[in-house]
Amino acid sequence: MLTWSNFLSQLFNGLAQGALLALISSGLTIIYGTLGVLNLAHGAMFMLGGYAGYVAYQATGSFVVAVIAGTLFMLIVGVVMERVLIRHFYSRPHEDQLLVTFGLAIVFVEVVRFFFSSQSLTVPAPAALSGITSLGIMVYPTYRLAVVGIVAVALLVLFVVLYKTRLGMVVRAGIEDAVMVDSLGIDVYRVFMVVFGIGAMAAGFAGIVNAPVVSLTPEVGEAILVQTFVVVVIGGVGSFPGAVVGGLIAGEIISLTSMVNPGYAYVMLFAAMTLVLLVRPRGLFGARGRE
Amino acid sequence: MSLEAMFSKRPLLVEIVTAAVLIAVPFVLPLVDAAPNTVNRILVWGLFGIGFDILFGYTGLLSFGQSAFYGTGGFIAAYLLTRAGFPYVVLALLIGTVVAAAVGWLIGLLALRRTGIYFAMITVAIAEIFFFVEFNPLSEWTGGENGLPGVPTPSFHFGFVNLDFTSGWSLYPFLAFCFFVGIVIALRIVRSPVGVILTAIRENPLRAAAVGHNVPAYKLTAFVIAAAYAGFAGGLLGVLQGFMPPDAFMFDTSGQLIMQTVIGGRGTLFGPLAGAAVWLFLQDFLQATLKLGAAWKLVLGLVFVLLVCFLRQGIIGGIRDLIVAMRGKGQAAAEPGEEAAPVAAAPPVAPMAVRHVVPSDLRGPLLQAKGLTKRYGGVVANEDIDFAVAQGELRGIIGPNGAGKTTFFKMLTCEVPPTSGTIVFEGRDITGMRITDVCQLGLTKSYQVNQLFNRLTVRENVTIAALAELRGKFKLDLFGRLGAIDGLDEQVEHTLQLVNLTARRDTPVAQLAYGEKRRLEIGLALASSPSLLLLDEPLAGMSPRERVETVKLLKSIAQGRTMIVIDHDMDALFELAGRITVLQEGRVLVEGTPDEIKGNALVQEAYLGGLHEEELAT
Repeated sequence: MLTWSNFLSQLFNGLAQGALLALISSGLTIIYGTLGVLNLAHGAMFMLGGYAGYVAYQATGSFVVAVIAGTLFMLIVGVVMERVLIRHFYSRPHEDQLLVTFGLAIVFVEVVRFFFSSQSLTVPAPAALSGITSLGIMVYPTYRLAVVGIVAVALLVLFVVLYKTRLGMVVRAGIEDAVMVDSLGIDVYRVFMVVFGIGAMAAGFAGIVNAPVVSLTPEVGEAILVQTFVVVVIGGVGSFPGAVVGGLIAGEIISLTSMVNPGYAYVMLFAAMTLVLLVRPRGLFGARGRE
Repeated sequence: MSLEAMFSKRPLLVEIVTAAVLIAVPFVLPLVDAAPNTVNRILVWGLFGIGFDILFGYTGLLSFGQSAFYGTGGFIAAYLLTRAGFPYVVLALLIGTVVAAAVGWLIGLLALRRTGIYFAMITVAIAEIFFFVEFNPLSEWTGGENGLPGVPTPSFHFGFVNLDFTSGWSLYPFLAFCFFVGIVIALRIVRSPVGVILTAIRENPLRAAAVGHNVPAYKLTAFVIAAAYAGFAGGLLGVLQGFMPPDAFMFDTSGQLIMQTVIGGRGTLFGPLAGAAVWLFLQDFLQATLKLGAAWKLVLGLVFVLLVCFLRQGIIGGIRDLIVAMRGKGQAAAEPGEEAAPVAAAPPVAPMAVRHVVPSDLRGPLLQAKGLTKRYGGVVANEDIDFAVAQGELRGIIGPNGAGKTTFFKMLTCEVPPTSGTIVFEGRDITGMRITDVCQLGLTKSYQVNQLFNRLTVRENVTIAALAELRGKFKLDLFGRLGAIDGLDEQVEHTLQLVNLTARRDTPVAQLAYGEKRRLEIGLALASSPSLLLLDEPLAGMSPRERVETVKLLKSIAQGRTMIVIDHDMDALFELAGRITVLQEGRVLVEGTPDEIKGNALVQEAYLGGLHEEELAT
């Protein structure tokens, strides 16, 4: 069973899954880094984005419209959520922030279950990207290859926004010291709102892009949330490069272990996290004072 | 009088009421058609939650991974009782408990390396791993997704009497008894010295460590206790259902436990039981009576979010606040306001004995620092400081803002490690030691910015500090009583008298006036009766009258004790201190008697020159 083409195709699977994890985790990590809130509803937002895309796809039949609509919908959900609820929790203990986002996650999941039932739904890949592509020694589903590309572009956009724009500079400054940014006369609460929106958007975008690969169920976000936690612990809280590298590492671990025995995928992921915690407790790219 | 105070006067009241209610339940609830199976499930969740409440409500550690221990205990017990053919139900439950506790100890060692957010994430990840391990690698033993069917119920044979517990109301007495034992043990734990220290860790882990408690070890203790309760409850789940379900290991289990605890009220021990009752009865009601189907969970999710937003302490906490508010109405007028706090009426108090006896063969200074340097990146906070204090001295430290005084103190108490240099206390090199161990050696400080246990009373605050001195940094007297600790009451009362807070002893810290908080801050450092006491700006922010009182207090504390005091109030320091060290820009500028310092040109330059520059800058 362990052939080269098998190995390569799993390597690609890991890359696709890792890229996706990287995108979701970067949303989680910049929200945490800037706002100081660990968003336990992040997995549910990933799921919600997928369903929003599904609705748009049903209405228009266009995958591109589905991606755009799903992403924008999540931006709005994120901004509203921050304004209405999260904002009132900045000054409350971490536990309360965890509890309220945890409660929101359940509400999101149950709302979706209420409207769409628990049955799994599928969004087909766009016609141009369906079928398989020959990569020399192996064939590989075209859409999965495309996912790697799409997510890479999304990560690049996120990178440009974070590192090459004024807003990004403010956000990164906020990750290091939000109080200082506030004292410099920048309305830090508006930045928080935007960051939460961007984070939600990243999760939602990943959710709809992933929908043709894995079918949609209300629970699809739960497993993803746990994986993003491992990614963030490995990469280091508040670090965008950490989220990307951690995501790729986690994706490959899951994928390559699954090739040997799927039952051990999570065990290996856990082992990697433990190793990082023991050797570098702050994560690969973590910095002091960010927690 | 708080409810806690009322209960503490009648020590067994809670236990007796609990027993009475548990006995009454099977006679009352059938009248309202409550399903016995639901009642039994509430008891199992309630028991599961007792341990979790000690971890979360008391110690402040929010774990999202309790399902790991619930499942572990449950499957161990179920495996023994089914596949292994082990005949003793209670013994199997206990074995499951012990294994769950052992697993909790191992996981705790890892998860507790980090705090807050990281801790939550790690516990989520770990619980998920357990679920997958149970499902795949271990499915031969756990039955995988089928679980383990055929778990027997307990029956006891005492000579002529046979006690068989089967299901429904017949099983209830067994579960109620287990819950009762669980709550009695938990009540003992939270009233023990360990319980008090756990609340201190919840309120302010930094200060709990600084007054000399081994915080990581106590956290691990709470983690293991929670795992043990979870393991036992997991075993009961198998007994209750006659089958050990694999979903015990699911993340939903941890989630439901958290939600029930928060709904019922954290930090109450009975909160999880109340929350489970609300949860399960509401679930039955929404599903069966209102025909909501799967939407019941949506309703409960919304209820939960609203409770987190508006009723932080849950149902029991809300009721307690209500009762306290109603009782307090009449007393509110009598409460002394901030101005009425008796400051001037400080009675003369005998100086407090130093318990940490300095070794008699100590030659040379009590504390000596050599070449002490601290850099933060490119910023040099302290550079090459040589400093020595003789026994019995009262040393003052002054210097302009930003001179590095507080950093210097933090290094001396080992709160932050120096970049280079050594610190020797009582002839022993303490460089690189932990703040907890240094405090246990008799060196501690009060903080420039108050570091108190805010939601606890004045008396509890001082008790926490005194316990570290009387019990050492770690002791597992889980069933001990505070009253049984020799000298605790005397030391607490004496400290309260010294800092003139006796009249405020039952007031929560959050309600104290600023000057009172500053005195309590000194009291916390004093309660561990250190041989070397460091005070960081004890006079900061005080009114002139409070300053006079506090200077008197400092003089009385200084008897028989070595002290180092940082302050900006030079008149006070010149009056108090035998010698003064002046720091400027992270270095020692000059050292001498107050008279020498007053006349020193360098010092005048440092202050006036600094002032001059500031004026130029504006």
